[in-house]
Amino acid sequence: MKTIPIEVLRYRPEQDGEPWWQRFELPYTDDMSVLQGLLAIKDDFDGSLSFRWSCRMAICGSCGVMIDGKPRLGCKTFLRDYAPGGLRVEPLAHFPIERDLVVDIGDFIGKLQRILPYIVPKEPRTLEQGEYLQTPRELEFFEQYSSCINCLLCYSACPQYGLNDKFVGPAALSLLHRYNADSRDGARQERMQLVNAKEGVWTCTAVGYCSEVCPKGVDPANAVNQNKVASAKDYFLRFVAPKGADR
Amino acid sequence: MRKPFVRPMTGWWRRDPYFVRYMWREATALAVAAYAVVLMVGVWRLAQGQAAFDGWLQALRSWPSIVLHLVLLAAMVLHAVSWFEIMPKTMPMLFLGGERVAAATITRAGLAAAAAAALALLAVAWMLRP
Repeated sequence: MKTIPIEVLRYRPEQDGEPWWQRFELPYTDDMSVLQGLLAIKDDFDGSLSFRWSCRMAICGSCGVMIDGKPRLGCKTFLRDYAPGGLRVEPLAHFPIERDLVVDIGDFIGKLQRILPYIVPKEPRTLEQGEYLQTPRELEFFEQYSSCINCLLCYSACPQYGLNDKFVGPAALSLLHRYNADSRDGARQERMQLVNAKEGVWTCTAVGYCSEVCPKGVDPANAVNQNKVASAKDYFLRFVAPKGADR
Repeated sequence: MRKPFVRPMTGWWRRDPYFVRYMWREATALAVAAYAVVLMVGVWRLAQGQAAFDGWLQALRSWPSIVLHLVLLAAMVLHAVSWFEIMPKTMPMLFLGGERVAAATITRAGLAAAAAAALALLAVAWMLRP
């Protein structure tokens, strides 16, 4: 069986002062993902290696890691693409390392709650009145932003988040936009306070790497930057429309 | 036991070629500002009279000035190209005939408009030459 050198950044809080690289010569087949490689290491080489994973098919968003310095899903990246030179796997950048490849994502979870990630009905309807109807165009305005799987690759691609973790950041702002852009939703004014805040959209400097690394085609940079326009409108239109500008 | 390890951000912009390119895009804004200063000096010299303005024109023809102009031109081309590349991400969704306008189309339209504006300016300068 052919093998590939793989280096994994290890950090065991009980005994390590700082992270260190551990090297394995891993037997692999062409159909093996990086996640499968990590599972093989845990099974056959070092059972103490910690990492997150669940679905193995780019839906759960658990297995995000830095592979050769780039934020990627372990399950959506193949070992064969790094042969014969090998690869380096480390925890997602810009997050505190909890243990080995596991990072602390508590900061993001808090932000996710702050953006009101659910539809607040603009006009309450009873069951008898039937469903909320939307045109295909109305759907298109938010559909791509609803594909986010919270894998946080975009936060690891965002130097502004790395420099200042107060920044609400790409995924949370994309999800915020997903609800603000939904014709059924009525909580826009509340969410705009977060968009307009110092840690809101204006901390983004349009690096654009978040959209490059997104495995689901969400284009977070587009969501954030559309909201710079929305935020500017919100600021200026309050003079003519005291209750704030509706969309 | 919890003891989260925070990695430093020093030298972050050298970590990925994408960040290096981003820093060049931002840095070339200084070239745009520098050329605005060159033009403003021209206006200032013009206000001082014919002799001062001719002196400024003469200075522009010197070889250090030509080298400076070539460097600033290259920087501005990089600035324009890199900004038009990111432009689709900064815009609200555009629809034409029921279809969403593709990002590549927006970038190409921006580059074409910039090229057309530059050519129009050159044509006007050519027609006004003494």
